[in-house]
Amino acid sequence: MIQRMLAGGLVAGFAAGLFAALLHFAFIQELILVGEQYETGAIIHFAETGDSTASHDHAPGEDDEHAHGDSGAEGSAFARNALTVLFTGLIYAAYGLILVAGFALAEHFGRRVEASHGVLWGIAGFASLQLAPAMGLPPELPGTIAAELIQRQVWWLGTILATGAGLALLAFGRGLLPAVIAGALLAAPHVIGAPHPDQYWGVAPPEVGAEFAARVLGVGLAAWAALGWLAARLWSAQS
Amino acid sequence: MNAMTQSAAKTSTGLLSVIFVALVGATLLFVAGHAQSAALHDAAHDMRHATGFPCH
Repeated sequence: MIQRMLAGGLVAGFAAGLFAALLHFAFIQELILVGEQYETGAIIHFAETGDSTASHDHAPGEDDEHAHGDSGAEGSAFARNALTVLFTGLIYAAYGLILVAGFALAEHFGRRVEASHGVLWGIAGFASLQLAPAMGLPPELPGTIAAELIQRQVWWLGTILATGAGLALLAFGRGLLPAVIAGALLAAPHVIGAPHPDQYWGVAPPEVGAEFAARVLGVGLAAWAALGWLAARLWSAQS
Repeated sequence: MNAMTQSAAKTSTGLLSVIFVALVGATLLFVAGHAQSAALHDAAHDMRHATGFPCH
């Protein structure tokens, strides 16, 4: 049982992590580098007042080359990107283990997990671990501002637990009461509300931050769907 | 009776292994995603931003 979970979760997780890393470099890394240029002051938001939209559209593309040069100061871009691949693999391996623990828990209560359920499980994992937390704490581009760390971590963890439990109740509960409790669990983190700073003084343009947040969620959805698809296939093949 | 005891034991080891694997996953998530040591933070920096982890 343990071997089946560990093996399936780790294999599916690392594979999905490599896919996520590929998407990261296709969609996300360039925006992180742009954000860092604002964070370090290499580019300044509103430097050219009066022509703001045009200059913002230009800045990211023009200065991409600089970003690579800058990151050389903290270690080569290659080492940095290799670490990103490694840690993306690790994070998705962790996601994979949590997902197969969910499979095993469902089967413990007599709900078989079929290969065809995998993508749904993956989307539920995405909703619990990324989408719901992002509604209160959107993924942060470097150079933007957020509330105090510990408060955000508490809300983040609580939101993940409440959303995961709510979705599980909604999916597996019978009758009205579990559905009502599920609704309350899903809504609670957003009724309570995520911690936010009193004012914002981020140096990165909100346009880049918005694109970054949207791309992070899109990449997360794709990678989680792949994770669920693969994990459920491995799981049902071993049963 | 014996079969019942065995099945009860199997059930509890099943639940224990679920909890164990979930804990391994959560620990890995915490270390890779939240741990504050400077080296780990720098190494994981881009991924932490890209998964929306509140890490700094």
